[in-house]
Amino acid sequence: MACEVICSAFHASPKYSSNNPARSRIRVIRDPIADIYVPVYAGEYSVAECAGRDKYTIDGKDYDECAFCRASCPSRDLFKEPDSGLPLKCDMCESDPPLEKPMCVQWCLNDALIYEVREEEVEEEVKLEDLEIGLEALADKYGLTKIMDIITRMSASKKG
Amino acid sequence: MRYAETGFNLEIDLTRGSIERVATDPGETGLYLGGLGTNAKLLWDRVPPEVEPFSPENLLIFAAGLLCGTPAPGCNRTIVSTISPQTRLMAFSMMGGFWAPELKYAGYDKVILRGKSPGLVYLWIHNDKVEIRDASHLQGKGANETAELIQQELKEPKAQVAAIGLAGENRVYFASIEQGRSSASRGGIGAVMGDKRVKAIAVRGTGDINIAQSVEFLALCNEVLNYIKVRADNPIPGVMPILAGLGSPQEMRIHDEKWHTESFMWGNSRERRKDFWTEEVEKEWMETMENARTRLISCYNCPMKCAATISLPGLPTYMMKCFSKLTYTMAAFSNLDFGLRIAQRATEYGVDAFSTPQVMAFGLELYENGILTDTDMKGLPSDNDERFFWLLDRIVRREGIGDLLANGTYWAAQEIGKGAEAFAHNNIKKTEQMPLKLSMLNPIYFLMYCTGEKVNITQIEGQFPQMPFETREEREEFVKDWVQVPDEKFKDYFLDWELRGEKSFPYYPTVQMCCDIVDWQEKMHYIDDALGMCAGLSSFPLKPPYHIHNYPDLISAGAGIEMDEARLTKAAKRYRTLVRAINIRRGMRRKDEKPPENHWKKRFPELEKELLDTYYTFKGWNNEGIPTKESLHDLGLDYVSDDFLQRGILTDSDKEVSHEG
Repeated sequence: MACEVICSAFHASPKYSSNNPARSRIRVIRDPIADIYVPVYAGEYSVAECAGRDKYTIDGKDYDECAFCRASCPSRDLFKEPDSGLPLKCDMCESDPPLEKPMCVQWCLNDALIYEVREEEVEEEVKLEDLEIGLEALADKYGLTKIMDIITRMSASKKG
Repeated sequence: MRYAETGFNLEIDLTRGSIERVATDPGETGLYLGGLGTNAKLLWDRVPPEVEPFSPENLLIFAAGLLCGTPAPGCNRTIVSTISPQTRLMAFSMMGGFWAPELKYAGYDKVILRGKSPGLVYLWIHNDKVEIRDASHLQGKGANETAELIQQELKEPKAQVAAIGLAGENRVYFASIEQGRSSASRGGIGAVMGDKRVKAIAVRGTGDINIAQSVEFLALCNEVLNYIKVRADNPIPGVMPILAGLGSPQEMRIHDEKWHTESFMWGNSRERRKDFWTEEVEKEWMETMENARTRLISCYNCPMKCAATISLPGLPTYMMKCFSKLTYTMAAFSNLDFGLRIAQRATEYGVDAFSTPQVMAFGLELYENGILTDTDMKGLPSDNDERFFWLLDRIVRREGIGDLLANGTYWAAQEIGKGAEAFAHNNIKKTEQMPLKLSMLNPIYFLMYCTGEKVNITQIEGQFPQMPFETREEREEFVKDWVQVPDEKFKDYFLDWELRGEKSFPYYPTVQMCCDIVDWQEKMHYIDDALGMCAGLSSFPLKPPYHIHNYPDLISAGAGIEMDEARLTKAAKRYRTLVRAINIRRGMRRKDEKPPENHWKKRFPELEKELLDTYYTFKGWNNEGIPTKESLHDLGLDYVSDDFLQRGILTDSDKEVSHEG
């Protein structure tokens, strides 16, 4: 995969002096016959593997839960330096000056990977009103559906 | 340190079960690059002409091209070379996919197999750990099935597997080596693998590939990617849609099959159906394809999507690309649904999708003409489509008539006799060709059909348009951004080329121009085959991202070999000549260099003689097509002329080379 090749090349030292998909911080979980292609980029290191595992069926295709997991974890060889076993983590190709897009996105001509800046949304979330904060806490506690049911019932009884 | 290449080959003696990791000579990389080039050198050095294809002394070489495993987009080809049971000449079939880069990451440039294993085995190459493992439980399994079983058995879903099916095991002369979406199909190399009793080679590698001048190399790769985007937005006007863009012909993506179904021949390359492509057929075939095609897919590190996963109700999913979409359909006068269904079985059996349908149509034609009898064809179903499944099953098992047909049309006809030879009519060098029968001689293709030693026209054509454009304005537009030409004169050749009149076939392009064009086209393929570059991004399409002007820099920056256009041209000529030398030593001569007799209706014997004479001289070959002492000396191939002199292939008086042409 182009993303794996260029990621490992970018993070080589000196830059681009070697490449090796096994060192890539983005990996495509792929099983062409089963039509499974999941690009996953390396997240936090996990000291222990998680307890519960599940299989997911999406659009009739069976995915192992680990297919979506970004962790460098003891249960698999993904996102570890092949020689040392040290964990790898995606840094969005941090460099000076910064790149417009991480290399994996630049090299993916089929738009399977896109790079979006979402900072603005985060700012909006910060300015939540008191009522919203309260409601969110309630929703966390009781579940959104239940709260909506109550609101519906309340508004119905008011109208009545 | 070695760059781009690993500097190591795996030498495996199957008879003894020994495995060696052997360092290679970097000097040879400079001279022969890698892939096909260094394969040819190995075959020249180690497989004398007395060695039969199915002899333990024959080598079967799997090579990753020089730049495979580097970030160069689309560079993923495995070049498999051996002596072919079908042609008895050097076979070099190639496959894309994922296998070659994986081999590089495992730390090897080539796997060289010699000897013969006592029982069926498979090889497991995992970085430094290389094993010969028992494969008796995989006997008779399909090629894709085998790959899956091996991945499960090794608990290594990332292992890349190249495998043979039943056809290879039973030494069918057109057996392929399959690798999921790709296969090395021509020349019966799968039969040689089966003869060596190797069911599969599984590879997993997690090592580094080094780049000599990393920043320069990356900049070149980025230019290639940018140009691919430009070409995606600017398909070439005036050529058929499957050839307007980059990649292999886009058979999986494009539904319009008017050109293939109405210009190519049906059956045993016999009948042209000029009004075949009706709206009704288009609708039916489009539905078939849309329903069967799960996804368009790519090979390793390539943005093109030339292949597809095909899922038909009741059949396992498989992968397909290019013209195998139609070869079975057209050989059987059937429909696309049949073609996709039988291709699934054929892929598991591991057979060449060009030869196989034609061999089956040939068998049925012999039966219809009374040359094969009811006794020969005992059990033949009455349904047309079923007959093809029946024949396929028999061929790959070498049962009954299948045993004869498994040797291909040429050898089968020789053995059957009774006039069967006339039905093996679409061969060059004993190998079935594209089912095409045309009217006016095409002097460019004449030379390619005659002298091509890949024995496959699609693997030496490309670069130069197949036909002139209607108006001069269109031609002027075309040459405006034609940066790939090695010399400006090619633009003039094209600008003056007309559909009709004085400057048209067969006398234009002139003999000399034809030599230039054929040489350019062939050279680009040979370079690709040494580098491991897919022809779909280079030598095959018009205006490709890789060409003679950026290749030298890519090789210098990637592999750290000093390279310029002249050096690269000479290196390509060197190993191209070595391929010819191997074949000459095995008896190939001018008499073998001809197109299928009925390929064109309008033939011009005098012109054809002049074309071949001039081209031979242009290439530095004598009148028999044998490289001359002088030209061998120029290429640093004196060891070839010494051998030729010793064998009496050349004599000391062979001085007839003339460069005036």
